[in-house]
Amino acid sequence: MQLYLPIADLPVNVFLVLAMGAAVGFVSGMFGIGGGFLMTPLLIFVGIAPAVAVASVASHIAASSFSGAISYWRRRAIDPALATVLLCGGVTGTALGVWTFTQLRALGQLDLMIALSYVVLLTTVGSLMFSEGLRAMMRTRRGTVPPRRTHNWIHGLPLKMRFKRSKIYLSVIPVVVVGIIIGFIGAIMGIGGGFILVPIMIYLLRVPTSTVIGTSMILTLVTMLVATMLHAMTNHLVDAVLALILMVGGVTGAQFGARAGQKIRGEQLRLLLGLLILAVGLRFAVELVLRPEDLFTIREIGVTG
Amino acid sequence: MIARAIIAALLMLLLGGAARAERLIVSVSNHRVTVTPNYSGEELVLFGSVERDAATPANRNAYDLVVTVLGPRADMVTRRKERKFGIWINTDYRQFLQVPSYLALFANRPFDQITSPEIARRQQIGLNNVLLTQRVGTDYADVVPDDAFRSAFIRLRTQRGLYREDPSAVTFLTPTLFRTGIPLPAEVPIGTYEVEIKLFANGALVTKTETAFEIVKVGFEQFVATSARQNGLAYGLVTAALALMCGWAASIVFRKD
Repeated sequence: MQLYLPIADLPVNVFLVLAMGAAVGFVSGMFGIGGGFLMTPLLIFVGIAPAVAVASVASHIAASSFSGAISYWRRRAIDPALATVLLCGGVTGTALGVWTFTQLRALGQLDLMIALSYVVLLTTVGSLMFSEGLRAMMRTRRGTVPPRRTHNWIHGLPLKMRFKRSKIYLSVIPVVVVGIIIGFIGAIMGIGGGFILVPIMIYLLRVPTSTVIGTSMILTLVTMLVATMLHAMTNHLVDAVLALILMVGGVTGAQFGARAGQKIRGEQLRLLLGLLILAVGLRFAVELVLRPEDLFTIREIGVTG
Repeated sequence: MIARAIIAALLMLLLGGAARAERLIVSVSNHRVTVTPNYSGEELVLFGSVERDAATPANRNAYDLVVTVLGPRADMVTRRKERKFGIWINTDYRQFLQVPSYLALFANRPFDQITSPEIARRQQIGLNNVLLTQRVGTDYADVVPDDAFRSAFIRLRTQRGLYREDPSAVTFLTPTLFRTGIPLPAEVPIGTYEVEIKLFANGALVTKTETAFEIVKVGFEQFVATSARQNGLAYGLVTAALALMCGWAASIVFRKD
């Protein structure tokens, strides 16, 4: 069944988009991530303009992180204080990101920046995760205990605050900075940023695993809602029809993915996720290096009359 | 200069004299095309006839016809990628000002057989002769047909089915009765389309006429597109609310306890 996407200006097959949503939802449910870093590239590879893909995926991630956040809230696995401090940075970062997005678009370098950020971010994070997963697997095989957590330089920063539910005593500066970074790249790349945020919170901020995913989902939810609003107001690029199909496919797929994920061991999951992220990053790199099929592109500035 | 003025004056006389001799009567099969969400392209039909009267030279009975369809005009930017630091990035660009978003040129035989290159250029017959104004620095001008940006622009629009030229699309059913199809692809721009029909005989323009049709999008998807552009705030709020509802519904449907 063909459906015309009003903003993407493109007819697409509903079932294809639904299947894409479900597949990404499955993966995101399995790894406990938003899946934006998979959804946006998939949409771009299908032929949807990168700008529209980024803006529309924001609302799709908001939907899936909201359903996740609800269930974490019920389990009291969200630290409200930590989430609030993160959000101060997150909302600022998102606004900066959307502003940068608009500027780059006017310069005609937006698609390039999206691709470049994907290459840099995904290959780095992907290889880190992959090697970390490999090391963890070796350790379990050898039966050695992972090294004890120690305090690092971040815990020497001023403006400390007590986060009760997470049971940590931490400076607000790194938390706000992390929020800004995640908000910024989220708005430009159309990702929730969970796959970067969770490791940062665990390894750098020492947030306990009991609250880390729920709290990061709150940040994802709010930054993506803000991104949706700002993209809709400034660039008019949010395709609600596309987003709705993705949401329906995504939340359904996520449920089955979550069940599948429980059957796989943690370090194997990380290894797989690292490979997946690496693969998407490399796919973008290849695209940039290979000579494009057409060196010319056209963009309409505005229809009159 | 003077020579050109004289030629122009002569031509005007010639045209003026000829315009009284033949008249074109045309109509399109549908003056208002509605694009629905499952629209996947369609074809309009333009048909008409050449009316002759007593003033028509008796020996003139072989006509040629050129149909030009012009969609709503828009500003467009063509960008060129170049290899820099090992990757392909947009470097140079040209702005095309108020160029038709849809452009089709149809005729009953190749343009160069219908008329001379001079008249073809003046009457903008053939994609190479249509005026596509570019902004080059502070200048506004069309450039030579083989300009890289111009030909890339036409090639890309042609690939999307939005620019086309077909010198065999017009068929004469009788020596004076003709028809042609106007294909409208799925991603056809909405707005008013002008159709110019030019009648040639022995290489000279005899008469011309114009008609128009309109393409409108209807239904939900057009509503979505319009509100996205005009009420960004409300649209964003609705989309955000939609996302929240979707997430909330999912958490209820798939609740385990």
